[in-house]
Amino acid sequence: MNLIINGKALEIAEDCRTVADLLSRPEWSGRLVIVERNGEIVNREHYGETSFCEGDRLELVHFVGGG
Amino acid sequence: MLDPFVIGGITLSSRLFIGTGKYSRNTLIPEVVASSGSQVITVALRRIDPESRDNIVSHIPPHMTLLPNTSGARTAEEAVRIARLARAAGLGNWVKIEVINDQKYLLPDNLETIRATEILAAEGFVVLPYMSPDLSAAIRMKEAGAAAVMPLGSPIGSNRGLRTKELLRILISEVELPVIVDAGIGRPSEAAEAMELGASAVLLNTAIATARDPLLMAEAFREAVSSGRKAYLAGLGPVEETAVASSPLTGFLK
Repeated sequence: MNLIINGKALEIAEDCRTVADLLSRPEWSGRLVIVERNGEIVNREHYGETSFCEGDRLELVHFVGGG
Repeated sequence: MLDPFVIGGITLSSRLFIGTGKYSRNTLIPEVVASSGSQVITVALRRIDPESRDNIVSHIPPHMTLLPNTSGARTAEEAVRIARLARAAGLGNWVKIEVINDQKYLLPDNLETIRATEILAAEGFVVLPYMSPDLSAAIRMKEAGAAAVMPLGSPIGSNRGLRTKELLRILISEVELPVIVDAGIGRPSEAAEAMELGASAVLLNTAIATARDPLLMAEAFREAVSSGRKAYLAGLGPVEETAVASSPLTGFLK
């Protein structure tokens, strides 16, 4: 399936069906990730049941150093 | 022990808020927290870089109150979006509103900041707006539901000190909200001066993070903020035009 993640087109594996699946991948894991799907924030408690549709736009953000 | 500072429903014993930007290594952050005695710490929100393993939250001790900023926002709507994302992380409901359209001096846009304050306060956020020290804007922020106002001393990261001192003095005297001086403080003496003026707290990042020895500087700021607060509470003596003798004016042996 093709998704737009943080502005970049990415193809994800067939077995990656939910937000929780995606966040378990090494490139996104190990952080406190906040997810926006098509402009709507995904509640953290719903990561396991939130699936994707072709062309979904995801923003994966986290806290960084700042003043 | 300082008098407590109650804000956003919590009681703080420290009046020094610190940031997490610009450190040579993020492992310094817990040590700076300890040396500064700070209980409130700012962070920013950005897209994840898959190439970096950076995870700032893992360096922030759990007792700290997290103050996410909306840096990168150019409009009230963008600030609101960032604030909502930050709250979705599940680490509290405080937000430092930062709406900036000026890339040279990074001066805040007070009008957009007032609009964002109104929206976010209505949604239950503890809203701390970073602002240019303007009395009518500060009053509007209070009416919009801000928990404090955070006027700048001088441009962000400039270490130029309290260039806006007269305006800060007026805000402290006229706005019925805590005033937290944010941005520009470069020296402990400037933090002490802000506290002597009656600021409720100061927020600084660059002055500690870019010092040769950030831990010693954190300690210096802790003491300066404490001294400045005590001086404010003690009440500064009057300023006079001419000498006022401290010793008896009679001649010696008279």
